[in-house]
Amino acid sequence: MPRVGEDLRRYLQVEAMPHVWCPGCGHGQVARALATALDRLALPLEQLVLVGGIGCSGRTPFYFKANALHTTHGRALAFATGLKLARPELTVITNMGDGDTAAIGGNHFIHACRRNIDLTAIVYNNGIYGMTGGQQAPTTPRGARSVTTPLGSIEPAFDIVQLALAAGATFVARSTTFDFDELPSLIVDAVRHPGFAVVEVLTQCPTYYGRLNELGDAVAMLDYERDLTLPQHAMTKEGLAGRRPLGVFRREVAPEYTAQYAELCARQAKRS
Amino acid sequence: MKLIQGNEACALGAMQAGCRFFAGYPITPATEIMEWMARLLPPERGVFIQMEDEIAALAAVIGASWGGAKAMTATSGPGFSLMQEHVGYAAMTETPCVIVDSQRGGPSTGLPTLPAQGDVMQARWGSHGDRAAIVLTASTVRDVYEVTVAAFNLAETYRLPVVLLLDAMLSHMRENVELPPLPVVNRRPPSGAGFQPFAGAEFQAFGDGPPFVVTGLAHAASGRPRASDGPNLDRMLRRSIARIENADDVIRYRGTALEDAEHLILAYGITARSAAGAVQLLRRDGVRAGLLELQTLWPFPERLVQELAAQVEDVVVAELNLGQLVLPVRAAVGGAAPVRHLGRADGTLFSPEEIAAAVRTAGDREVARA
Repeated sequence: MPRVGEDLRRYLQVEAMPHVWCPGCGHGQVARALATALDRLALPLEQLVLVGGIGCSGRTPFYFKANALHTTHGRALAFATGLKLARPELTVITNMGDGDTAAIGGNHFIHACRRNIDLTAIVYNNGIYGMTGGQQAPTTPRGARSVTTPLGSIEPAFDIVQLALAAGATFVARSTTFDFDELPSLIVDAVRHPGFAVVEVLTQCPTYYGRLNELGDAVAMLDYERDLTLPQHAMTKEGLAGRRPLGVFRREVAPEYTAQYAELCARQAKRS
Repeated sequence: MKLIQGNEACALGAMQAGCRFFAGYPITPATEIMEWMARLLPPERGVFIQMEDEIAALAAVIGASWGGAKAMTATSGPGFSLMQEHVGYAAMTETPCVIVDSQRGGPSTGLPTLPAQGDVMQARWGSHGDRAAIVLTASTVRDVYEVTVAAFNLAETYRLPVVLLLDAMLSHMRENVELPPLPVVNRRPPSGAGFQPFAGAEFQAFGDGPPFVVTGLAHAASGRPRASDGPNLDRMLRRSIARIENADDVIRYRGTALEDAEHLILAYGITARSAAGAVQLLRRDGVRAGLLELQTLWPFPERLVQELAAQVEDVVVAELNLGQLVLPVRAAVGGAAPVRHLGRADGTLFSPEEIAAAVRTAGDREVARA
């Protein structure tokens, strides 16, 4: 991976570093992909708000020169919804973890999907609660160990892509930190999409998930991500064979919330 | 003159104050506020949204406030309980917003359609940690309008979440009222170079200037997190609390027949209506009773209560709970006068006779003791 050049440093709040992420954590790769995407999008940083939840992923906005709204655990999308409605011209991107998205914030997630409001939700899914020390997440695979499932989890895991599709999100994609090269273009597409866009990124937590499940170091975990997943185009007749598909699962243009609301207001204003 | 409901007066007050964002979730007895806002906002190009729960409602309000909109939500006890984390977030992030809680009998689902004043302590202390809190209340439909405007003005002046406590009776009561335009405080944009987003009253919304950080972590004046700097947070909280303690524009109250009063009745919200009736009954019988109706419950007007208590023989505190505002009243009065509590949690208002009787027995007891 090339070093972060001056072009990307323009987007990074270097004074806020060192960051909180452990050595080998995949979140830095996601942040770099986000910086690359911002560079391609050429958005003015004053008009961009990065919203964070609580957890390792929620810290991402602090390391950018854009506006940062670091919210509460699970509620980033609810804050983002209010902000976007008040200022539809702003670009709003939420950064949430898997616990943020699918456990404490599950309700806000499905309703944001349903409303189809023009936000981009990047979901950093490492299958575990990292910041609090390695507890089971709703995305922890059945059988996997965490500090609260020392004998292995007996719960099935949420599939965030399926959740987003079922709830009505109009852009839904999944990638991994192993597939680092394609991640920026997925984020670019998600931000450009005129509606609610979800990008789930499988990211490694070598400190907790990797250690507790004996998956080795960060590099070994990237290989694990590769073996766990399959790009949709590489699917054979046998299908996924237990692997998680990658790529864009839905890209549909549907009535967007803030645009519809503006139309309602215009209609009302004419009538009165 | 117009015959309107308390909840409608609240919505009209919000519009008059410049509220242009409402997010809420249906709940009795507050729902009509939301219904009115859903009608009133779109023609003004304001935003109305029904969220998935009350947690999301206050989150959206805070998000909208950082988008530059004067913003409000309205709920009742169960929803107000859910909102508490975000009340603290709004305080920590100095976010102007207004939260209306039309109180009903609790705890839990309780008495959904019956009035109560049981959220007085929750409105002050419901969110974890220390913070500055402004909590207002009202006793007439006209007051609801005026105090709603005041709630927005104080929220903007002090950059705080301001709570307005109504109750099921006042929310649903209809009265003939005039609703004149009232003075409105608007948000102050940054005035010059070197602006720090968390250093005072000036407020910059996202998108209106250089990017900055908002976080619920303890932070510097720049907004940047200082999550391990305890003394910084301690200073910040003390400054924020000190700004509103005994500030003239924060402490709102109404006195009735206090000049020569020997017996002080302290009441607020809907109970102040019964208490005003009690003063009339007592005065008719030659008992010198007076009423202090508090419109500001928090910060508690300690000095005012102290001064009045020093001039009377006894104090009766009437409220629709089993003993909440009486606690700071007792602390303020100290030994200056005996303080008697008249409380109930049965979803029923006090009659003027009941409050008058409490004043009479308080007086009798003093006679007996002497």
